[in-house]
Amino acid sequence: MTELLRIEGLTVTPANAPEKLLVNNVSFTLEAGKTTCVVGESGSGKSLTALSVMGLLSSQLKLAQGRVIFQGQDLTGLGNEAMRQIRGQRIGMIFQEPMTSLNPVLTVGKQIGETLIVHQGLKGQALKAKVAALLEQVGIPAGRANSYPDELSGGQRQRVMIAMSIACEPAMLIADEPTTALDVTVQAQILKLLDELKTRMNMAMLFITHDFGVVADIADDVVVMFRGEIVESGPVASVLQHPQHPYTRALLDCVPDADGKKPLKPIDYAWLNEGVAA
Amino acid sequence: MSDVILSGRNLSKFYKQRSGKLGLGTTLVKALDDVSVDLREGTTLAVVGESGSGKSTLARCLLQLLPLDGGEVIFQGENLAALSGAALRAQRRYLQMVFQDPFASLNPRMRIGEIVGEGLLIHQLGDAEERRERVLRMLKRVGLVETDMTKYPHEFSGGQRQRIGIARALVLEPKVVVCDEPVSALDVSIQAQILLLLKELQREMALSYLFISHDLRVVRHIADEVAVMHCGKLIEQGDVERIYDAPGEEYTRNLLQSIPGRRALAA
Repeated sequence: MTELLRIEGLTVTPANAPEKLLVNNVSFTLEAGKTTCVVGESGSGKSLTALSVMGLLSSQLKLAQGRVIFQGQDLTGLGNEAMRQIRGQRIGMIFQEPMTSLNPVLTVGKQIGETLIVHQGLKGQALKAKVAALLEQVGIPAGRANSYPDELSGGQRQRVMIAMSIACEPAMLIADEPTTALDVTVQAQILKLLDELKTRMNMAMLFITHDFGVVADIADDVVVMFRGEIVESGPVASVLQHPQHPYTRALLDCVPDADGKKPLKPIDYAWLNEGVAA
Repeated sequence: MSDVILSGRNLSKFYKQRSGKLGLGTTLVKALDDVSVDLREGTTLAVVGESGSGKSTLARCLLQLLPLDGGEVIFQGENLAALSGAALRAQRRYLQMVFQDPFASLNPRMRIGEIVGEGLLIHQLGDAEERRERVLRMLKRVGLVETDMTKYPHEFSGGQRQRIGIARALVLEPKVVVCDEPVSALDVSIQAQILLLLKELQREMALSYLFISHDLRVVRHIADEVAVMHCGKLIEQGDVERIYDAPGEEYTRNLLQSIPGRRALAA
């Protein structure tokens, strides 16, 4: 058990409204070789938590409190230049929409190569060979390095994003809803790929999702967020099978099951407000 | 078994796609390739498939929102594909649609009362007072209140907007409603609310749903029958239990096995 990332008391507010707690006192840790899923509805603060870790909060938001300790170093005090050294090199990132995250006028090989040029100073044949190796690692023929993003399918684009994110062999990978825009069969392939890479490279993975099905497939640990706060966290089996918090139970109840045996139950927020207060 | 209310027979729809050098050549994409499908009265037929499988094209062709290249659509004893102008418009009252994106499918410059009442106005149903009455009754039924009638779409959340979209479709008391991915843009808790609302309304108003979705978990809950599409062809159609428990095609089996958390959550 190697602790890789420790988030302590993370609090995010709008820059002009410090009383509004968008992320409220969030703490959890990530271990090497393990996947932690942060689950919640829109507005629960799950993406803001991930952005805070990467130091990518918009200028209209403020990290009001808390520390993000990555490999023993507090990231919250670092300047832009120092953070740039860490992002892409020691922390990889994948986002939801692969088409909007890729540059449409550059070949995918060029875009994967950018990371390697910036962080590792590779060039010429060595660069080409490394790009080819990365593409093969994510299951794309190396010849595709000369393709433009629009020539690839959604799943292939997400594989390119993954190749970029693991190019410098980061210790941690942050994935924000990486399969939400994909077809279900492609989603299954991408989840399998991420899981294999995590194990092979012994990465810690911070995986943001709203889908409990995805959580069940990929998570080792789960953090459930509601209105900016963590309501429950723990190993995946215990959270999914014996949820303790009423919100976790309610959220699980409104996920349709594939066997159609469980009746659908929408979340009763009024009841929940009382339940949380009690 | 109940009667067939909407029937598509040997439907074909082709798109031309530019290809080759400088896009000078064209290739024919078969979006619908000889598809026949039956929707039974008072039931829900779900059309499932991956992106590009032709499921949305099928929905649009059945409603004549897209012209067919071949085949016929039988609704209330008439071939919709042969109708045009006023005759088609008269039938459209009974064929309504709920769209995927509740943000893009409501006119941002119209008030909710106008949006929901527009269909009544176009079909000239009732006088102004009756129309107002029907719009209000429908809005209340989907969970909105009277003061919402004078508001604009941007004042509502995604789930509420989808309720408005449902009210707009149902105020005309249609017989068939095509729902094109009606819950895929919504949070899972809101999704459950909307699915339950659709089910209740189906019972109350004897509606038949054609439900387009890529989410096989949602389909399991809402559908009576399932049609599986792949590359413009309908490869399998049957009762939802039969398809999920004993899929006849390798493709369907693969699709079902890809449902996230299938094993883990079932336990």
